[in-house]
Amino acid sequence: MTRVTNGVLHAVLALWAALVTLPLLWAVVSSLKTDEEIFDSPWSVPSKLHFENWGRAWQEAQIGRYLFNTLIVVGGALVLVMLLGSLVAYCLARYEFPGNRVIYYTLIAGMLFPVFLALVPLFFVVNRMGLLGTYHGLILVYAAYALPFTVFFLHGFFRTLPTAVAEAAFIDGASHAGVFWRVMLPMARPGLISVGIFNFLGLWNQYLLPVVLNPDPDRYVLSQGLAALAVSQGYRSDWSGLFAGLIIAIMPVLLAYVLFQRQIRAGLTAGAVK
Amino acid sequence: MRHGRYRFLAGAMIPPLLLYGVFVLSPYAQAFYLAFTDWNGLSGQANLVGLENFGKLWSDPLFLAALRHNGLMLLVVPLVTIGLALFFAAMLGTGEKRRAASAYRIVYFFPQLLSVAIIAVLWQFVYTPNSGLLNGLLSGIGLPGLRRSWLAEPDLAIWAVMATMIWAAVGFYVVLFSAAMESIPADVLEAALLDGAGRMTTFRRITLPLVWDSVQVAWIYLGVAALDGFALVQIMTVGPGGPDNSTEVMGLSLYRNAFTYGKFGYASAMGVALFFLTLTLAVLLLRVSRRERVELS
Repeated sequence: MTRVTNGVLHAVLALWAALVTLPLLWAVVSSLKTDEEIFDSPWSVPSKLHFENWGRAWQEAQIGRYLFNTLIVVGGALVLVMLLGSLVAYCLARYEFPGNRVIYYTLIAGMLFPVFLALVPLFFVVNRMGLLGTYHGLILVYAAYALPFTVFFLHGFFRTLPTAVAEAAFIDGASHAGVFWRVMLPMARPGLISVGIFNFLGLWNQYLLPVVLNPDPDRYVLSQGLAALAVSQGYRSDWSGLFAGLIIAIMPVLLAYVLFQRQIRAGLTAGAVK
Repeated sequence: MRHGRYRFLAGAMIPPLLLYGVFVLSPYAQAFYLAFTDWNGLSGQANLVGLENFGKLWSDPLFLAALRHNGLMLLVVPLVTIGLALFFAAMLGTGEKRRAASAYRIVYFFPQLLSVAIIAVLWQFVYTPNSGLLNGLLSGIGLPGLRRSWLAEPDLAIWAVMATMIWAAVGFYVVLFSAAMESIPADVLEAALLDGAGRMTTFRRITLPLVWDSVQVAWIYLGVAALDGFALVQIMTVGPGGPDNSTEVMGLSLYRNAFTYGKFGYASAMGVALFFLTLTLAVLLLRVSRRERVELS
């Protein structure tokens, strides 16, 4: 290959990298400017770093509160779905019983249906149970919709684990639950981490479910809060505050990614290919 | 030794299945029933109206517009995304510079981590007429004539939304295809090279057939994503639904009919239509893209 084409190819790759990073960098820079600076010269560097924008977004624009709500809901749902998902996957993968296949395929079917189809009845189910706009209501719904993928992923994982260890534990007098908790679950750790990362990103990024099921502004999750903020800050034209909110919302996940990027990408691609 | 087996199974399976049944299965099942009713949520009374809702769909200009827009997205978004992702993955794979390749992959993946709401808000500001990044860029490189109010012009808005979708998706598929390409044994590619095959030929005849499974997966994922578009349109475009409904999508129609107008029966019919579209799409894509499977023994 000639040096020229090689150079062109590298330029194309670099161009896409710039396209990806530029909007993000721009948001960071804008979050440190005054509104006038943002308005008059979207491209310039701030004359002075206005960190108070971040404080304003955290306090007045309630980003701190949305972050707190998101952590509760996502944390709760994540623990719940990992627990229930690994139990179901384990039972379906390691025990023969009538109805095993039916249950498995019924669960898998849940991945194929568009969430939009369930939206209207789901709203009324949650409403009738008095769970609309509550933390535990959102946690239950999030976990329920993350369950099929979790079971699907972990089912394959539990199948591949060796039986010898489990049998030895049974002979030593362990109960079924004991074998699950103390032998199989620890052995499934790599799979649990992958699916845990996948679930975390999926739940963290939820937008449709909270928009429908979480109408109370005090309970807004981050994605909802930002969308609402984009509208309200637009009226008040507090652009710098909005950008600061955006950056605060992006930061935790981006930081986690930089630290764990290898596992995250491995987990996500493994999930997609299977 | 095996005592307590059924007790353990019951204890382990009943709570999750109950959760799944109540919040996932039952709503899906109810949706199919509600689609045949005129339920408005208030009266508590749902009358069966047969296929009336589905008949109305075909004369609802907004829904038809939504269908057209989702159709356009279905055509453009997967094609461009997969094309770009395959190109980048192939470029990164021909690795004189392995370190650079892995750095590129890390950066390309960034948008995948951002919630769709964040992406929507961010790009809304990229497109802002006066203080936005895009118009600022165009002025900066001496092309002020190309400045537009991207989301306010009916002809442009949908393309602006699609560009955002593609921007957000490409990185994930670069990583996906890269992983697939890395599993191709080096000696196969070397053999092709020794036989005098050029870069393009090698890609078309060897790389592409060997990663075709991943391309198929990508095709379906992106197709399903293109049938959505709800969050981007709801947050980014005015209305929401765009100027002259130029970015209306099915998800938004459904949402508005249900939660703004209270036409729950009608909205459910849209959901059912969407379901059958998704299903048809998946089956079609799997059939059309079916190829002789190439396996390395």
